[in-house]
Amino acid sequence: MVTNKDYVGQESAWCPGCGNFGILSALQKALVELNLEPQQVLFVSGIGQASKLPHYSRGHVFNGLHGRAIPPAIAAKLVNHELNVIITDGDGGTYGEGGNHFIHAIRRNPDITLIVHNNQIYGLTKGQASPTTDQGVITKIQARGVPAPAFNPLAVAIALNASFVARGFVGEPEQLKNLIKQGIQHKGLSLIDVLQPCVSFNKINTYQWYRQRAYKLPADYDPKDKIKAMEKAAEWGEHIPLGMLYLNPRPAYEEQQPVLRNGPLVKQKTDTTKIAAILEEFC
Amino acid sequence: MNLDYNIVIGGKAGQGLQTISDALSKLFLRGGYEVFTSQDYMSRVRGGHNYFMIRISELPLGAQQPKIDLLISLDQETIDIHWSDLKPEAFIFYDGESIHPAREDKRLKSIPWDRVASAIGGNTIYANTVAVGACCGLLNFDLSLMAGLLQEAFAKKDPKIVETNLKCATAGYDLAKNLKSKVMIKPGKTSGKMYITGSEAIGLGAIASGLKFYSGYPMTPSTGILNFLAGKADDFGMVIEQAEDEIAAINLVAGASYAGVRAMTATSGGGFCLMTEGVSLIGCIETPVVLVLGQRPGPSTGLPTRTEQGDLEFALSAGQGEFPRFIFAPRTPEDAFYLTQKAFNLADKYQVLSLIMSDQHLADSGWTLAKFDPDKIKIERYLLTEQELAELKEYRRYDLNETGISPRTIPGASRHLVIADSDEHDRQGHITEDLQWREEIVKKRLIKYKSMREEISRPVKYGDSAAKTVLIGWGSTYGAMKEAVDILTAKNRKVVMLHFNELWPLPLEYLERELSQYDNIVAVENNATAQFMRIVSGQTGILPTHKILRFNGQPFYPQLIVDLYKKEVLDYGH
Repeated sequence: MVTNKDYVGQESAWCPGCGNFGILSALQKALVELNLEPQQVLFVSGIGQASKLPHYSRGHVFNGLHGRAIPPAIAAKLVNHELNVIITDGDGGTYGEGGNHFIHAIRRNPDITLIVHNNQIYGLTKGQASPTTDQGVITKIQARGVPAPAFNPLAVAIALNASFVARGFVGEPEQLKNLIKQGIQHKGLSLIDVLQPCVSFNKINTYQWYRQRAYKLPADYDPKDKIKAMEKAAEWGEHIPLGMLYLNPRPAYEEQQPVLRNGPLVKQKTDTTKIAAILEEFC
Repeated sequence: MNLDYNIVIGGKAGQGLQTISDALSKLFLRGGYEVFTSQDYMSRVRGGHNYFMIRISELPLGAQQPKIDLLISLDQETIDIHWSDLKPEAFIFYDGESIHPAREDKRLKSIPWDRVASAIGGNTIYANTVAVGACCGLLNFDLSLMAGLLQEAFAKKDPKIVETNLKCATAGYDLAKNLKSKVMIKPGKTSGKMYITGSEAIGLGAIASGLKFYSGYPMTPSTGILNFLAGKADDFGMVIEQAEDEIAAINLVAGASYAGVRAMTATSGGGFCLMTEGVSLIGCIETPVVLVLGQRPGPSTGLPTRTEQGDLEFALSAGQGEFPRFIFAPRTPEDAFYLTQKAFNLADKYQVLSLIMSDQHLADSGWTLAKFDPDKIKIERYLLTEQELAELKEYRRYDLNETGISPRTIPGASRHLVIADSDEHDRQGHITEDLQWREEIVKKRLIKYKSMREEISRPVKYGDSAAKTVLIGWGSTYGAMKEAVDILTAKNRKVVMLHFNELWPLPLEYLERELSQYDNIVAVENNATAQFMRIVSGQTGILPTHKILRFNGQPFYPQLIVDLYKKEVLDYGH
């Protein structure tokens, strides 16, 4: 039996009260409840406070470059699809620096759980606007207010026919844990955007700010209705929906690779006896 | 006098030049001849001036030469552009019903291939087959081999196509057979050799080395590798992933290698610029990767379809920070096949990046070479065995030892967790800012150079070993330089060539000893600043006395090296 102890990692360097603690705890509980051993899990991350999470838990870790968590995660899943691949990255890495990978990962739909710690600010570099900072918010760099409207990751994902689009909030730990569990069990890319206050550098989007606005989608909400999902994704400001916004089951990327029907790529040996026949093509 | 015959096929992109060139190259190969085929094309899908050069001989070839024996002109412009390179006894084939040359010359021979094709096949699509037939007719090259070739290409599709093509080829043959060429190239016994380009050979070498994962973004001249591997993916159980950009490509291969398989990417200069942070990541997490850098002239987009050796210093220094890497530069496709294996094995052994420097000349040119021997390929992974893993109490991915090579395993191979971090990391792989340890792990990574240097083979030494003049080159210039040495030697010029295909780390003691023997050190490079020589000078303090450089986007011809040798070395200071 897997227990909480199995997922205790190194001591964290996050600020006291950081929203990241809530994500770490929800993720650990989800893994324990799914009875997954740490060696069955590969955490992939980039750079930023969110991306340090893998070190504070236990599992295989690929902590790569800023904005580049998605490509190695896809490759690892293609090479060994028996691994449960989970990305933990921030709003800057996923929606800014790595935006191109985000778009194309949704198109591919690899069986990966993508948890985005969305604190609407750059924390590690101390307080610049992120792609999800609301328009008009004043920062040290954006002294006259952020000039462009915020990036809406959920609407983009739904527009691209993502197979699983959800929003969690660290102030709703039970719901967040359940979303993560569903994400891990879902066959395909599960995007879980998690609202997470940055207690040091975001004085606007605080726990209280989110609590006043966030609400859970009602039980009769149908996540398979794309138009409805788009409407919900567009909601922001006074009312912020939480939960599973969009579910669109379609084949996972690795399921469409004929080569992987013979088992994980990492266990397959090249049949070098076939080389001789290929050489004949050149004669 | 040995046979040395040169056919140029020129026209606009989209006119089927490649089809004619491939057919002729394969015909002469099967007829027992050596061929060397190079291409010069503009960066466009339609139009422009493009040409293929097919050089045919009985002796091994490794370079092109500019003088033309037979010019097959699919458009007017081809005649004008190549006019000054035509030999006095040359033939110029063109369709006189659509092309009207501005000059009169007895070498011009109209072959009305469009009309013949329409009459026999009902479609001008067969015009290229008429041209191939005419070429065979002129040289008295029997068409029986052509029948076999057509059979292989079209029999499965439609036997009728084979028949029509053969009729068209015969008509072309008959039109040209009485043109009284002084040169006859009759098919003889097949040599059993193969005809292959550099890109195909690298792809084949990678497959034979157990490649399982390839990711790349199309960019000339590296796309040939992607195309070749994609065609073999199902046969050899490989995943070929066309990435959204080069940044994704290198991060994909880093992830694939970490997860346990042999992984490769290929690109050209611009794409390599985007990959440099990934290069540094690979250096930091010590994950083996093979990266093929197909060079073309820069800076920036430069000349996308032409050749240059201009990215060597960039490859050597790409990526922030200090970490070891190998750099290889194949001389020929044969060399590329075997060096790709070495690149993979050494990348695995030392847990580093192996760079293979190709260029458009190597990537796209076709060589006749002895058939590769797959039995010579050995796959050595250097991973912890099941037993070693079972005996390990605690696994530390970045443990220290005198070689700097830490024990490597992969996720899922055992109960042990595998940690990789682009941050500076501790023995386990976890992020650390322990500054004392930082020095230890930097030294650990760099100490590998000590044994890596011993893996590097000596350069090829060719020519007069008592010569006081040495020509130094690397990579794809091999064929042209070797032939230039032959020409100079025949003229009693005492020269020797040192040609490198394993460039980094440099064998320093050897170089210092070897280079101290010469009065003249001549750097011969397909770039503007003699980059390899500058690296050698920086490491050994030995400077070149002369430079022979070409950087117009085209490869060296042997005779050009000879001419520049006379100008830069013999006449130097006069």
